[in-house]
Amino acid sequence: MDRLYSTVASVLSPASPYARDIGHLFWITFWISMVILLFVSAFVIFNLVRFRDRGEGGLPPQTHGNTVVEVTWTVVPLVILIVLFVLTVQTMAAVSPSTKTTANALNVDVVAHQWWWEFRYPDGDVVTANELHIPVGRTIHLTLTSADVIHDFWVPELGRKMDAVPGHPNTMIIQADRPGTYLGTCAEYCGTDHAWMRIRVVAQTPDAYQAWLTAQAQPHAQPANAKQAIGRGLFVGLTCSSCHTIKGSGATASKDVGPDLTHLADRDTLAAGVIANTPENLRQWLADPNSIKPGSYMPDLHLSSQQLDALVAYLEEQP
Amino acid sequence: MSQESVSPHALPFPPLTRGWGWLAWLSTTDHKKIGILYMVTSLFFFGVGGIEALLIRIQLATPEAKVLTPQEYNAIFTMHGTTMIFLVVMPLFIGIANYLVPLMIGARDVAFPRLNALGFWVFLLGGIVIYLALFTGSLADAGWFSYAPLSEAAYSSRPGVDYWIVGLIEMGVGTIGAAVNLLATIVRYRAPGMTYRRMPLFVWMMMITSLIILYALTPLNAGLIMLLGDRLLHLHFFRANVSGGSAILWQHIFWFFGHPEVYIMALPAFGMMSEVVPVFSRKPIFGYTFVAGSGVAIGLLSFAVWVHHMFAVGLSTPMNAAFSAASMLIAVPTGVKIFNWSTTMFRGKLRLDTPLLFAAAFIIQFVIGGITGTMFAAVPLDWQLTDSYFVVAHFHYVLFGGSMFALWAGVYYWYPKITGRMLNERLGKWHFWLAVIGFNATFFVQHILGLVGMPRRVYTYPNLPGYEAMNMISTVGAFILAAAVVLFLWNLVVSFRRGKPAGDNPWDAWTLEWATNSPPPEHNFEKLPPVRSARPLFDLAHPEIADYLDTHSEAKA
Repeated sequence: MDRLYSTVASVLSPASPYARDIGHLFWITFWISMVILLFVSAFVIFNLVRFRDRGEGGLPPQTHGNTVVEVTWTVVPLVILIVLFVLTVQTMAAVSPSTKTTANALNVDVVAHQWWWEFRYPDGDVVTANELHIPVGRTIHLTLTSADVIHDFWVPELGRKMDAVPGHPNTMIIQADRPGTYLGTCAEYCGTDHAWMRIRVVAQTPDAYQAWLTAQAQPHAQPANAKQAIGRGLFVGLTCSSCHTIKGSGATASKDVGPDLTHLADRDTLAAGVIANTPENLRQWLADPNSIKPGSYMPDLHLSSQQLDALVAYLEEQP
Repeated sequence: MSQESVSPHALPFPPLTRGWGWLAWLSTTDHKKIGILYMVTSLFFFGVGGIEALLIRIQLATPEAKVLTPQEYNAIFTMHGTTMIFLVVMPLFIGIANYLVPLMIGARDVAFPRLNALGFWVFLLGGIVIYLALFTGSLADAGWFSYAPLSEAAYSSRPGVDYWIVGLIEMGVGTIGAAVNLLATIVRYRAPGMTYRRMPLFVWMMMITSLIILYALTPLNAGLIMLLGDRLLHLHFFRANVSGGSAILWQHIFWFFGHPEVYIMALPAFGMMSEVVPVFSRKPIFGYTFVAGSGVAIGLLSFAVWVHHMFAVGLSTPMNAAFSAASMLIAVPTGVKIFNWSTTMFRGKLRLDTPLLFAAAFIIQFVIGGITGTMFAAVPLDWQLTDSYFVVAHFHYVLFGGSMFALWAGVYYWYPKITGRMLNERLGKWHFWLAVIGFNATFFVQHILGLVGMPRRVYTYPNLPGYEAMNMISTVGAFILAAAVVLFLWNLVVSFRRGKPAGDNPWDAWTLEWATNSPPPEHNFEKLPPVRSARPLFDLAHPEIADYLDTHSEAKA
């Protein structure tokens, strides 16, 4: 399982201009802070060592204060903080959506759910879950909403975090400089499975991204054999399709309760990051969802072994 | 005591302790006994909250552990936060203040002894009620700030959250009672001669804290009643999908309380620091006026910074910028205090007893919590670091490395006054070093965990590079810290029975509580020394260099 999570997701390894601007501000603040911390710590420890009572008796000089000193250590921090505030306002502008940053941006709608992410590409009739494909070098303009409680979209290497609030759409920008998979997660406590609401951003070259988008826009493969045909029948006939949509299956979910499963085989993980997307894992997920992700809303339909095989074959577009 | 002495103000009516044995504790209106009740209650809940903390750290010690279910974990972290804030740190400060403030200002009791007793019992009822939910098979699990709409009936249908709301309302009522009482006592019952500029700094800080409580807990209670209405009466203050409901409104109400709450838990710590550091440095506080004044500044500013908890919510840029500026500004008076305490030590004669050790560790740890706090005031840094383990590290540096260490300094300092016996120094030193090592091992790595993308409030985590090792260090640290706490509690117990007799003033301290017996008689004082400066007992012991003779502007008052 660790191969899914072999890369860092660090604020300190930014992979976008926006994350870099924030990283820059972090390091400025960090070094100022270190100077202050070292100064105060050294002073306290120096006092403890140098002015320790060695038992010679008597009182030290009873100094009550010094106005000049007091004013100095009020004004100096104030000046440092004014500088920090200016940098703060500048960085806020640089990493937020504006006519400049979103001029050539790709728009993607993000809908947060308990406990998975829905990504809608308005330009391409493509809906996917938990994995966001983006072209490198281009600003991605995300519009975040929530279907239930408050969630938070956070991919540290690509930019800031932003809450997904029901009834209050938010926008944010991210970008990736280099192709690769960037890890993220829901950062606002959202109930039972908050821990398993992971995000994977797959950054691709513009050509590869376009090819991916075109493939995703195609309907799910029609059944190529009897097993897959049974699988599709089960998907439509059991309750699966009341929560999940598969383009080309003939059934559309009335509500987005569960992820769109069109081209599920394209995704790296199942259950918003808990397990790798392999036929065996999918089979176990369908057989006993609670053993994989306790508390999730995916029901246990008590499927038979043959039913499981058929569903896996259809969902994974495999023989 | 001395040829010159004055009488404390007459009591509104005498402190009453009716009944015998345990009944005396149930019916008492003596501020000292009520103070002890607060302290014992909060020590009990310190054990409860500490066990919850250990369960959290056991579950998180390894990736994808299954020690706790997600539902259990979520209830435990919710109760850990709620317990430590409302049932440990607040009542410990209020209890110590209840005991000490009348003694420090030379009063015979508080202004409203019956309100004082009522406040405690209502507070205790609230604490019991939030745990009473256990009998319904559920505990609150929406987090200690209980964000709507997660805390609404649609997403938290079990009764744990209702018990939590009702318990918090009761604790709020009790605490408001205690605050009114402290405030009236400080304003009305100071000893003759004790002007505001001669008040001990702990009393100053409790006066400001009481005012903050009045203006912060009242809106919290209003908000809690609204949330309860949403849950039980199907109102829609915070239900986002119903017309007029706003999830963000809850956050404004909660943090309008929640940020001042941080200072409710920090200003009393500042007060304790301002008593302990001078006494153990054998010098007066450096810059009394600045320490008191910066406390007032913090109290006012604490009501103008709440939106820094909401920078990731998606509010407007001017709003974020304004609250960023105010949040940075509050670092200035806080920094002033740090410089004042460390400069008080400069050129002193430092007695390295346990209280000063805790006070010194407080300064350094609180600076770490303070500078990470300033990082959160810088909005873009907050956008990266909030809701990650970085913020968990930050507020534990403030509340444990800060408030709790100051409380320990205070407990070692005042325990002799309260019990008549000294705490064991040897155990105290062990307690101190284990606490410093355990605390920093637990929480320092959490800064790094947050920077490398670990969100807070997760019941488990995938094993990203470094996660397992850092979480294991944190868990080991938590057990070291737990050992320190066990030693501390053991020290309280054995010293109560076998500790060295303290005498009236074992530390050669200077404020009025040390002018009476240890433990003080029921009426506190028969006679008081004259109060001509902020250090009446120093003046008494050193008439030739008494503060009131000093021509220095800081001392004249």
